[in-house]
Amino acid sequence: MDLARILRFAAVITLLLALQALFASGLVNPYYVRVLILCCFSVMLAVSLNIIIGHAGQFSIGHAGFYAVGAYSAGAFTVYAGPPIGQALGLDRLPVWLEGTAFLMGAVCVGTVFAALAGLAVGLPSLRLRGDYLAIATLGFGEMIRVVIQNVEAVGGPRGFSGIPIYSSFFWAALFAVTTVWIARNLARSRHGRALLAIREDETAASVLGINVTKHKVAAFVLSSALAGCAGALYAHYEGYLEPRSFDFIRSIEIIIMVVIGGMGSTTGAVIAAVILTLVPELLRGLAEYRMVIYSALLILFMLVRPQGLFGTWELSWETLRARWEKRRERP
Amino acid sequence: MQEFLQQLVNGLVWGSAYALIALGYTMVYGILRLINFAHGDVYMMGAYSALFISGWLTAAGAPVAQSPLWAMVAMLGAMAAAGLLGFLIERLAYRPLRAAPRLTLLITAIGVSLFLQNVAQLAFGSEPRSFPELIPSSTILQVGSITLSNQQAIIIAVSVVLALALQVIVHRTSIGRAMRAVSYDREAAALMGISVNRVISFTFVLGSALAAAAATLIALNNPLVTPTMGVQPGLKAFVAAVLGGIGNIYGAMAGGLVMGVAEVMIVGYGSSGYRDGIVFAILIVVLLVRPTGLFGSPVTERA
Repeated sequence: MDLARILRFAAVITLLLALQALFASGLVNPYYVRVLILCCFSVMLAVSLNIIIGHAGQFSIGHAGFYAVGAYSAGAFTVYAGPPIGQALGLDRLPVWLEGTAFLMGAVCVGTVFAALAGLAVGLPSLRLRGDYLAIATLGFGEMIRVVIQNVEAVGGPRGFSGIPIYSSFFWAALFAVTTVWIARNLARSRHGRALLAIREDETAASVLGINVTKHKVAAFVLSSALAGCAGALYAHYEGYLEPRSFDFIRSIEIIIMVVIGGMGSTTGAVIAAVILTLVPELLRGLAEYRMVIYSALLILFMLVRPQGLFGTWELSWETLRARWEKRRERP
Repeated sequence: MQEFLQQLVNGLVWGSAYALIALGYTMVYGILRLINFAHGDVYMMGAYSALFISGWLTAAGAPVAQSPLWAMVAMLGAMAAAGLLGFLIERLAYRPLRAAPRLTLLITAIGVSLFLQNVAQLAFGSEPRSFPELIPSSTILQVGSITLSNQQAIIIAVSVVLALALQVIVHRTSIGRAMRAVSYDREAAALMGISVNRVISFTFVLGSALAAAAATLIALNNPLVTPTMGVQPGLKAFVAAVLGGIGNIYGAMAGGLVMGVAEVMIVGYGSSGYRDGIVFAILIVVLLVRPTGLFGSPVTERA
């Protein structure tokens, strides 16, 4: 890692810590902070789903299932395994914030790993399927995950899982959102990412070129579900309460809408669409009942007039903006 | 054994209603290669139509709740309304995308599904409405402890009649022949002078009308109507269509029956909490073992 990168990383951390301090001071309306945190979760979900839909071109409609696996396993970890582990390691003698951070990191690891395992279990068999059939299979798995959670009494069953300690904060949500974006962008530029693009464009041609299609697809699927699980773990420790209904088919669809409207294949598009689609309903509080109607009408409209989404596969960055600007100036 | 047979009867009753919904999925898939996610919501709209139509008929003095004839009028009205809705959906949302990639079409179908659900929620309210008792229940057949109610008999009889009618339409009429031709090869059918758009519209009308019939039939037994009532039956009927081999009419009927029986059995002998899980378990097993379904012919999927 070169110095510039370390400095950039330090700058991001400092900025987030400063914002966290500002938010914790109570000067900012806590409602705004909440909306901002929800935006971070949406960004993580949309960007992670974009890896599989946008980059690899595999249509998956069960993303909320992996989010649920992350949230529930992380919550269960903190509630059931947390206290004994804390005592054994002497964490309870630490300052409260440090203890909370330690538990949160443990829970995030658990949530990420479990969601990754679920992603592997779903991805290995179903990624042999193509197109519609893959969409149906992921839909089936997503619903199965929800049904199973609904039937496990230890995590509250249909009543919901309450009593999860609240450890995450704006800082953690934002830090992980930034990390997710960073991972997705580096992936897109890597060898693996280029293999995924080749698979997206033409699976048969990619395999003829010697790309191990299944391996790359499964790896992307596992990464995508792991990141969703990580978001779930943070969400569980932010709300302190989980209910199976918040992880149903509709939630998966909401995440897909973010990816589609942002432009399948564009990470920055996914980020911007995730933020907009989380903010808009909050801004239109008075129109709450119209929210989903507007959402769905928007989705149909987008497909009819701009199926590539806001950004297409175009990434927003200083370089692309500058290139655009220069191109415009060259024009007579 | 007696209980098992009773469960089997109950399962077949549900299954025949699923089969009617599954027919709509399978016909649309056969012709457009589109999973019409909005089909379950057309079913929901069909239920509301039947509810309103029977309400109006009652207000106009027709004895809907007593006479099977008027109940039939309500059902036919709902079928017409849903057929119109299916026509509009195809015309406004799917036809402009005829040349677009199939993924675009799939996402649009999801959009239409959400749109219908939420429009219904706005227009009719989200609280469940109760359906008038169209035909009062009575037992018409009893063998040992196995009973068959008149409602169950009606559900099975009407489903069989409609499935047979569809069979006649598809195999004995010229529009049916056109449907088969379009589903076999759309370009070649167009070259032979078949108006492809008309055939596709007809398919949507037919499938939607069958879904509305299923909605009215299920309302006999399960008289609650909600804006999201289409989601689960829609998904299940869809799984039934996949199970039977999507695109295959006999397959959809067989798949619907299997699905109904499986669901009733899991509630009877297993845990009702897993009721919605069993169908997806079936779905996944079918997809992994035999993706083209029980009766489907193997097709190489074209990109």
